[in-house]
Amino acid sequence: MTDVPTTTKADWTSDQEVRWCPGCGDYSILTAVQLLMPELGVRREDTVFVSGIGCAARFPYYMNTYGMHGIHGRAPALATGLAMARPELHVWVVGGDGDMLSIGGNHLLHALRRNVNLNILLFNNQIYGLTKGQYSPTSEIGKVTKSTPAGSIDEPFNPISVALGAEASFVARTHDMDRQHMMDMFRRAHDFPGASFVEVFQNCNVFNDGAFGAITKKDKRASMLIHLEHGQPIRFGENNEKGVVINPQGSAEVVDVADVGESALLVHDETRQDPSLAFALSRVSAGPFEPTPIGVYRAVERSEYATEASKQLAMAQEQSGPGDLEALLHSRPTWEVS
Amino acid sequence: MTDTVPRTVGTQELSRLVVRFAGDSGDGMQLTGDRFTSASALFGNDLATLPEFPAEIRAPQGTLAGVSAFQVQVSDHDITTPGDAPNVLVAMNPAALRKELVHLEFGGTIIVNQDAFIERNLTKAGYDSDPLDDGSLDNYTLFKVPMTTITKEVCKGLGVKPRDAERSKNFFALGLLSWLYNRPAQPTLDWISAKFKRQQLIADANTAAFKAGMAFGETAELFDFTYEVKPAVLEPGTYTNVNGNTALSWGLVAASQQAKVPLFLGSYPITPASDILHELSQRKNFGVRTLQAEDEIAAVCAALGASFGGHLGITTTSGPGIALKGETIGLAVSLELPLLVINIQRGGPSTGLPTKTESADLMQAMYGRHGESPVPIVAAYSPSQCFFAAIEAARIALKYRTPVILLSDGYLANGSEPWLLPDVSSLPDLTVEFATGPNHTEEDGTEVFWPYLRDPETKARPWAVPGTPGLTHRIGGIEKEDGTGNINYEPDNHGYMVKLREERVAHIANDIPPTMLDGDVDDADLLVLGWGSTWGAITSAVMRARSEGHKVAHAHVTHLNPLPKDLGDIVRRYPKVLVPEMNLGQFCRIIRSEFLVDAQSVAKVEGVPFTAAELHRHINGALDD
Repeated sequence: MTDVPTTTKADWTSDQEVRWCPGCGDYSILTAVQLLMPELGVRREDTVFVSGIGCAARFPYYMNTYGMHGIHGRAPALATGLAMARPELHVWVVGGDGDMLSIGGNHLLHALRRNVNLNILLFNNQIYGLTKGQYSPTSEIGKVTKSTPAGSIDEPFNPISVALGAEASFVARTHDMDRQHMMDMFRRAHDFPGASFVEVFQNCNVFNDGAFGAITKKDKRASMLIHLEHGQPIRFGENNEKGVVINPQGSAEVVDVADVGESALLVHDETRQDPSLAFALSRVSAGPFEPTPIGVYRAVERSEYATEASKQLAMAQEQSGPGDLEALLHSRPTWEVS
Repeated sequence: MTDTVPRTVGTQELSRLVVRFAGDSGDGMQLTGDRFTSASALFGNDLATLPEFPAEIRAPQGTLAGVSAFQVQVSDHDITTPGDAPNVLVAMNPAALRKELVHLEFGGTIIVNQDAFIERNLTKAGYDSDPLDDGSLDNYTLFKVPMTTITKEVCKGLGVKPRDAERSKNFFALGLLSWLYNRPAQPTLDWISAKFKRQQLIADANTAAFKAGMAFGETAELFDFTYEVKPAVLEPGTYTNVNGNTALSWGLVAASQQAKVPLFLGSYPITPASDILHELSQRKNFGVRTLQAEDEIAAVCAALGASFGGHLGITTTSGPGIALKGETIGLAVSLELPLLVINIQRGGPSTGLPTKTESADLMQAMYGRHGESPVPIVAAYSPSQCFFAAIEAARIALKYRTPVILLSDGYLANGSEPWLLPDVSSLPDLTVEFATGPNHTEEDGTEVFWPYLRDPETKARPWAVPGTPGLTHRIGGIEKEDGTGNINYEPDNHGYMVKLREERVAHIANDIPPTMLDGDVDDADLLVLGWGSTWGAITSAVMRARSEGHKVAHAHVTHLNPLPKDLGDIVRRYPKVLVPEMNLGQFCRIIRSEFLVDAQSVAKVEGVPFTAAELHRHINGALDD
């Protein structure tokens, strides 16, 4: 393989004018991705961004790579076909909470279950932006929007819990106020061989401004964001005074380290086969107003779908030789008429 | 030594024979019919089949709802339908007799499994008295055969469980029919030993039952004659017996080979299309990738994603699935990528009649999307022709970079016929040229790639697949500017693009074969105009009308969008136009609106194909008007 040419952010930026609302969190996510790409050692032409519909779904137009802007909710399905057909490509899927958890929820579940080699970025802003402000499947109960004037009565999805429940092998969370953390998570997603799911807390400054402010504002992060680090006891707080333990009921719970002692803290193991602890961690916070874990929840390698499919093709060719059409047509009983 | 000599039984020659096997869903009637068909095919008869089975896998035993039937016509000459009224009905239980007797020709032969005619079964079938004894079958030739008893008897000592022994009674029936109609035994015996090579006891039981059936015919002194249908005089060559779904699958494989583009199938199981998924999933050594998707939408999306990646993306389904795929087909219209959407039509709406045939999705194929969303449509017309229809649909999709809908139906899918195998070297070359470099020079001299810059002849845009250096580009469902492919919402641009997409499809009319036209082409008083699976019945009916001295022509349309350029002249040429369809007149409506002719619809929407006799009556009726 020849060397991958050195590139800069500019090489990964398309000539299209970016059309998100000024101040939208999507800008910082786009920048993080465009800054990361030159560091990944991949070619532009081997990289594809696939999206559905929604504000986030405009993402492919702004990347100077191959891209497909599909239809609402179907990006994981479009990308599954592409990744199966061309396993050597680096395929990214970008969508919002309405796109991937509502209309396209089924495809997300199955892409994760199959472990197709996709990097799936879910921009979660807890609102429908492009259709101008209806509640989404991640909106909190009681949310007053144009379509819920008396408040939403729908229990929201927890995207991390959904992904873990769908047998996802790589699950992470980041937020749009921390470029370096986003880049770290996206890099980990890229490096992981299989379906990688990254939830990005993203601010919609027009229809749901400040939805994550209570945990992502600079002065809140230390006390409200719990950084998950593999092999480390889970601690956070201005003075690292808080931690997470698994209580006798099996739930993850925030405690004062002083009360329980350092040795009682849960040591994060992202490679743990059993997803129960990762799931428990996803339930520590009831919403973006309580201390919330970010980072890699789970990274457990298992067979990648397109690779397995290709193996079956190779095996069939080894066993039966390359396809012979003439032989196929004569593969059932034949008779001669003279 | 004994002085017994083999009983002498005369043989009568028949030019054709229609047998209908009927029994409970669990009685193996489809298998029995299929084996009778295969043996006849290998013997050299021409044939056509009509499997008919309930949607339920095992409806309550012994009930009318659970009756499964298989009709086959074998002949010594070229035939195009599975026959109108059967000459022979094999009924494995009272329900089968009650439900299927209506089809049998007057005076026809009935062979029943006498053991099943017990009170409980008679009651379930709704008989007040035993039809085998009450004289109600006096107008038929009835043979009462204790199939279960004899089968159990010959299986004794084989070590087979009594239940398995009883289940072999369909092979007894097959053996008896094979003797009665002089079908070769060896293909069936070979098939049994191959099929059950890992279940020796079952193989033994089926073999014993089959042989017992043959022996019964020979010794029981019930039958005075056996019958023979001589091999048909067919075009020389190598034949195989094929059903529509298999032929269609092989056509897809052939198209992929001829195009040198790998095949990707995204599919969700649905009757009667699933067998294509099954068949193609076995063709991995041809580089065929199959995905059993989570739903119909994912299936077509994955196929489209694969097409973006340079594969021949295909999705197979039936009408309900097409309804779900509509938005993605619209996306493919906008993306201008090759995509093959295959609809094995069944009775609708909704779940409708999943296992029965109908061709009522033509309007859905034409117009079943939002916006102006034209899609070429190809329709198969016989089981073996599904092979060529698949290649043709793929040719159009690949050459013109467009989604194409291929219509087949349940009748073609499951019906089989002998197929003169084509010479592989005669198949069309479908080689595709992928884009490899820039195609446009900017004013400043920069070489760039425009994803919507078209081939002047085909109006197709370049197929530039990810992985190709220098051609990175973005495509999407938003309206775009021709050439650059950039997003463009301007009114004039949208008007232009809508017309362009319409023209792109209309233009394909220059590149499709002329309408198939047969019969009294020059001086017919009546044109029978068909599409799809009505071909066989129309062909037979037209032949009958012409043999009576009527002047009738038959036009059959394989390309429904765009229509062949000669079709307008053809439909205007004849005084009367009759359009038989397995729907309420959808194609007839298109013909009337397109050509302003007074075409008359002949509609049948009953889940079963037209018989030649029905169409013959309609033809005579129209000529009398």
